[in-house]
Amino acid sequence: MDFSFSVGHGADVTVNYILDNFTPALDAIATAIGFVTDNIQGTLTGIPPTAGIAILTMLSLWRVGWKFAGFTLLALALVDHMGLWQGTMETLSLVLSATIIAMVFGIPAGIAMARSDKVASLFRPVLDLMQTMPAFVYLIPAAMFFGLGAVPGTIATVIFSMPPVVRLTNLGIRQVHPEFVEAGLAFGCTPSQLLFKVQLPNAMPSIMAGVNQTIMLSLSMVVIASMIGAGGLGNSVLTGIQRLDVGAGFEGGLAVVILAVVLDRITQSCGKGSSGFLSFLAFRNGKGRPQSTSSDGAPTDDEQRSVAA
Amino acid sequence: MCIVFVARCSSAHLPEQRRDYPPKQADCNLRVPLTIKSIEYNRQSVVKISLKNIYKVFGDDSEQALRMARACKSKAEIYASTGCTIGVDNASFDIMAGETFVIMGLSGSGKSTLLRLLNRLIESTAGAVEIDGRDITKMSKRELIELRRRDMSMVFQSFALLPNRDVLGNAAFGLEIAGVGEAQRTAKALAALDAVGLKPYAKSRPDELSGGMKQRVGLARALAGEPTILLMDEAFSALDPLIRTEMQDELMRLQAEKSRTIIFVSHDLDEAMRIGDRICIMQHGKVVQVGTPDEIVSKPANDYVRSFFRNVDVSQVFKAGDIARKTQLTIIDRQGASVAATLEQMEQSGRDVAIVVGRDKKFHGMISQDALIEKVKTKAVEPSRNAFLQDVAPIPAGEPLSNVLSRVAESRWPVPVVDEHGRYVGSISKSALLETLDRTG
Repeated sequence: MDFSFSVGHGADVTVNYILDNFTPALDAIATAIGFVTDNIQGTLTGIPPTAGIAILTMLSLWRVGWKFAGFTLLALALVDHMGLWQGTMETLSLVLSATIIAMVFGIPAGIAMARSDKVASLFRPVLDLMQTMPAFVYLIPAAMFFGLGAVPGTIATVIFSMPPVVRLTNLGIRQVHPEFVEAGLAFGCTPSQLLFKVQLPNAMPSIMAGVNQTIMLSLSMVVIASMIGAGGLGNSVLTGIQRLDVGAGFEGGLAVVILAVVLDRITQSCGKGSSGFLSFLAFRNGKGRPQSTSSDGAPTDDEQRSVAA
Repeated sequence: MCIVFVARCSSAHLPEQRRDYPPKQADCNLRVPLTIKSIEYNRQSVVKISLKNIYKVFGDDSEQALRMARACKSKAEIYASTGCTIGVDNASFDIMAGETFVIMGLSGSGKSTLLRLLNRLIESTAGAVEIDGRDITKMSKRELIELRRRDMSMVFQSFALLPNRDVLGNAAFGLEIAGVGEAQRTAKALAALDAVGLKPYAKSRPDELSGGMKQRVGLARALAGEPTILLMDEAFSALDPLIRTEMQDELMRLQAEKSRTIIFVSHDLDEAMRIGDRICIMQHGKVVQVGTPDEIVSKPANDYVRSFFRNVDVSQVFKAGDIARKTQLTIIDRQGASVAATLEQMEQSGRDVAIVVGRDKKFHGMISQDALIEKVKTKAVEPSRNAFLQDVAPIPAGEPLSNVLSRVAESRWPVPVVDEHGRYVGSISKSALLETLDRTG
């Protein structure tokens, strides 16, 4: 029997089939994501550079410390001096919208994985695929489905950056000390009470580490996303490469690094949960300073990074 | 008086094979004497929890393993042929309302598993657990949650205090889960914290407290919902010895204020002896013996049970009343009884000393032949009362043996023991004392 089939042809057919039959659904998704990105971008680019620098510096001062606040002030002033403030805010809005969408889908997916081994074994290869498939491969269909601009850029970024938050939510919940779970059950928790009052609060450091990794990975997609018109700092880098303008490329790259460092330090402090806003929300039941639970089985930072990578 | 239950490891107790009774394979029948001192339990003899032929099998092929367990195969045999581990093997006993029931055994003997079968944190493979007459193994999830919220709570070895809540939040946890309003649950949690002496620390975080204080919070959390059953899983094992004793006393005090049914898992016999009304000893998932502390020490069911108290100070376990024996001659103190008649009585029974008691069995004194002969020589004809030995004072029956060791050792005569009403219980001779210490030493 002559046995031949083409994987590539199959993918081609599938993409065309989706294009032909699901246009309204694709449009709805594009509108929803566009709404999120447009609003965030509109807000962020609307803030004058001085105000933006002041806000981020204050945030660094509150969350990290005065040394880092000094760095933030100087680094962001440099970004503004290079004329890249607008691009930085566009990139920040891309990163934030991708992170928000990744959290909205990723945290529930992580919870589902933690509660069922079947779901976990089902999701794990999908997550592997999302992380390892070269981004250019789904960049093309994303552009075909959603046109050019920030929307396909956000979607491509979400695909690449979502796995860490899913994995670390799963891991965080599974690593909640069994006696905490037993205590919850022994006092008569329903499954949802157990999740919200015992598991999620204790998995919070791990989940926040996942969010941090998601932000970092979405920053690494900036240049690639700008190829389909996502805009932002990626554009400067891309133009630099295209024109062999080393200086312009370096400036764009430096701005990405500065943004990455600032975001990393600020979000990491939330994960450590010394007194952060996100963890303040998560821990408000406790009415006070949430504490590290690293001794109770939460993975250390290094472990979390290796899981995310 | 004692009641003896016999639990049989036999398929004859299974409903579908009940007609086969009496069992054919009598070889594997395991006699478990459950002795209850009726004097101690007459005010609390209501059965609170009743375990009926409970099995727990860990592993995939639980059906086959269960069949083997019922056919009285050993844990090792079952593991070899099915890969399943027997956690609890045919446990049947009753726990009375208001008693402190200690489950003891080495690690891996199934004691923690057995405890978790009582609130279904672990599901049993076969058998029934009845709480207040209702079989909890047949309860729906909703009924089970209701039962856990209303009737029982648990204290854990590593405290299991939620680190994201302060002390008050932890103490109020059970009430919050049960849907009690904020004002009421705060009041109740504060009252519970007050009961364990931690009210000033209500706003502290668990990691700011010492181990003993953490477990007090654990205790407050368990007590705040006013449960009728308290499950304690090695609750004090993680604490250092001094704090452990303090917590045991605290528990006993709380128990004296308001009596609950406490099931306490421990691997420490001293702890079990200290707090337990009755002790259940487990070995390889089987209940080996159930009894009061002194029954366990005086009549251990096998070498495994005996091995537990090889290092136990029996003089702390036994009370004077436990080893007092009525082996001495007793003479009723009557008006006008002559010295000569008493002497005659003693000579006939060949005793050097005799205990003189009243008609109401009250202890009056102790006399010796020598002293009586002395009286006869001086021609005294007063009642024998005047011949009482001067240095003999009776010991209260409730006195721990450790406190009377020197008295018995120094006395020339057996030392009389009286109960709280002054009635003569018996006497302790040197030889009886040595025998007791030697038996378990």
